[in-house]
Amino acid sequence: MTIGTLIVRNVRRHRLRVILTALGIATVILAFNLLVTTVQAWYAGVEASVPNRLITRHAASLSIHLPLAYRDRIASIDGVTGVTYANWFGGVYREATGFFPQFAVDPASFLDLHQELVVTDEEREFFLSDRRGCVIGRRLAEQYGWKVGDVIALKGTLYPGDWEFVVRGIYRGADASADETWMLLRWDYMNERRHQFDPDRAGTVGWYVVRIADPGLAGRVTKTLDTEFANSSAETRTETEQAFQAGFVAMSGAIINALKLLAIVLNGITLLVLANTLVMTMRERTRELAVLRALGFRSSHMTALVTGEALLIALLGSMLGIALTIPGTHLYRAVVSSKLGNFFQHLDLSPGTWILSVSITLCIAVCASAVPIVRLLRAKVAEDLRYVG
Amino acid sequence: MKLLWAYSARTVWVRSSTTTLAMAGLALVSLILLAVLMLGNGLDRALIESGSSENVLLLRKGATTEIASGIYRDQAHVVGTLPGIARTMTEQSLAIPELVALISLAKTGADSPSNVVVRGTQPDALLLRPQVTLQEGRVWQPGTAEVVVGSQIAKRFLPGGLGTSLKIGKGEWRVVGVLDAQGTAFDSEIWGDVNQLMASYGRDSYSSLTIRASDQAAVQQINEIIGADARLMLQVKHERDYYREKSLTMATFIHILGFTFTLIFALGATLGGTMTMYGMVASRTREIGMLRALGFPRSKILAVFLLESLLIGASAGVLAIGGGTALQFITLSTMNWGTFSELAFRLTLTPGSAVTTMAFALVISMLGGIPPAIRAARLPVANALHAPGR
Repeated sequence: MTIGTLIVRNVRRHRLRVILTALGIATVILAFNLLVTTVQAWYAGVEASVPNRLITRHAASLSIHLPLAYRDRIASIDGVTGVTYANWFGGVYREATGFFPQFAVDPASFLDLHQELVVTDEEREFFLSDRRGCVIGRRLAEQYGWKVGDVIALKGTLYPGDWEFVVRGIYRGADASADETWMLLRWDYMNERRHQFDPDRAGTVGWYVVRIADPGLAGRVTKTLDTEFANSSAETRTETEQAFQAGFVAMSGAIINALKLLAIVLNGITLLVLANTLVMTMRERTRELAVLRALGFRSSHMTALVTGEALLIALLGSMLGIALTIPGTHLYRAVVSSKLGNFFQHLDLSPGTWILSVSITLCIAVCASAVPIVRLLRAKVAEDLRYVG
Repeated sequence: MKLLWAYSARTVWVRSSTTTLAMAGLALVSLILLAVLMLGNGLDRALIESGSSENVLLLRKGATTEIASGIYRDQAHVVGTLPGIARTMTEQSLAIPELVALISLAKTGADSPSNVVVRGTQPDALLLRPQVTLQEGRVWQPGTAEVVVGSQIAKRFLPGGLGTSLKIGKGEWRVVGVLDAQGTAFDSEIWGDVNQLMASYGRDSYSSLTIRASDQAAVQQINEIIGADARLMLQVKHERDYYREKSLTMATFIHILGFTFTLIFALGATLGGTMTMYGMVASRTREIGMLRALGFPRSKILAVFLLESLLIGASAGVLAIGGGTALQFITLSTMNWGTFSELAFRLTLTPGSAVTTMAFALVISMLGGIPPAIRAARLPVANALHAPGR
């Protein structure tokens, strides 16, 4: 009988206990995977950003707008190959909980700079020719059951009044990271109405998106651009799209850190559960383990015996955990999207996540076996042979 | 029964190596639950408590936040003359128009700046919001470029303390005081003179108007007058409702997260408890046989094991609440999704959340303890007496 067979037989001796332990580990893995997936969803915007795009906004605050006149001055900067602009529209559909991002954009240049938003040539033409037109993402269209030609009525919060937009196209994301819940409407239509009710602020844009020839130029262009507008009435602050998105994530930093901390604490629970089982098991076997040692089993054998058992249980737990995670993630996503709408997308389990969770669990199994091993090797064989219960 | 108590307690004590691990596991799970509850409490406190029940907030029709809203000077003037508004000692009506804007401010020790709310107002705003008091320094002088900052802002954004300058809008503003808002959202704001700030932002309209009504009946009256006045185009909201709506997304998120993970952990912890108690039963089979032989009925054996697991649960609950007390010193700052601005709040332990945690620990240990206790009670006496071990 090899050590391997001995380990398998040992595991099978106390089935109920092993199953309970494995289930315990499985629930921890489920929780860990959901946590990591939630944290990753936060970074979805950062992941989706393109390295050759910069965002230019007002230096003091995103809530203060920039003059439209900056567009041509930005375009003339060396290394800039395209400029477009957008405003946060902030409309509300039906009730305030039906949130999805709406951007008032310059249609031609915005679609040109955001190649990851795929629309057909026909849809593009329709959007360009209809001032009341809008283009919506595939996910958003599915959520509300909107089709091309439908009218979407929004209540303006930043731009007061009732607004109606006609769906002229539904875009797809070129890859999985692209956000498919945006609604793009036309800046010129919005600005026209703004001339009537808020003439002071008409002709201003929320931020500029700047495309550069080569990501390596980002540092230089950023500097030139901000220097260009320094000491003017509206100073700018330019950063890469990635840094811009990361800034939003950083503001929620404390919550993300709390979730990360929780993920670490979870592994502590695995350690406790496994160590508990092992300690209990080994105490019950005190006498027979002493017999093995009396028969000539070395310390290395004993170590292998305990660690092997721990690893086997952890592996069982991991497999169960992953089996639970797949339906668990679907359920979690369904709950989140029904309660929070579009705030959290990309709650998709990545292979990296579950591989990470399994490897951590196996490492923990090795750590957990340390406790009974130390106790076992320190014990005196002669005393243990006389041990009762 | 007293004997049983002593027996249970001493068993838990004697077999501390096993029970400690089980207890620690359950305590950790309970602590996580408590932390989530405390997070929710802290957030509620920061946002909902920001509103006073006598105050109403006027916003432009359609606007959902103060930042998105706009109120012109003439509208503010009309509102100021309405009946039913509380007055100060100097007979000024407590209807204060305010400018609310976001600025990016560099946080000490962070790479990217955060959005902070700047509120242009009048010193009377302190009367309007009794929860806000001056902690240090003095109130800003109206008409000057002076500001006072909330205590959280002072802690996170102002390493130099009083007397230093902040760049807001186009100008430099001197910090002359620190506000203590008792953990509400105003702790994360900067207050200054409304006219100076409007000039600095190049704006000619206020953002919102807050009124202290003289009594609840007056609220209804003000609401009706404003609704009927076609010049105004304003909406009237109870201040508390406004803050509750703003925190809705964040609160929902925390609740979903809390609910999901507590459910999963509860499952895990029940399994852990069951396992430990099964171990206890298995290693004491002969002991149980002995007790039965001495004449203890099955029900007593069942009670003994349930008591033991409840004891473990109670200790875990106490440990978790102890941990929660320590967590109260943590302040989290995050982005409020309602306004895209920085909001700092403290984890808050309420009696309610402590009781919930204790109940959770007890229920979990109870659930985990039932199957093993039943097994123990069902052991046949003769076989049990022959079992190996003690």
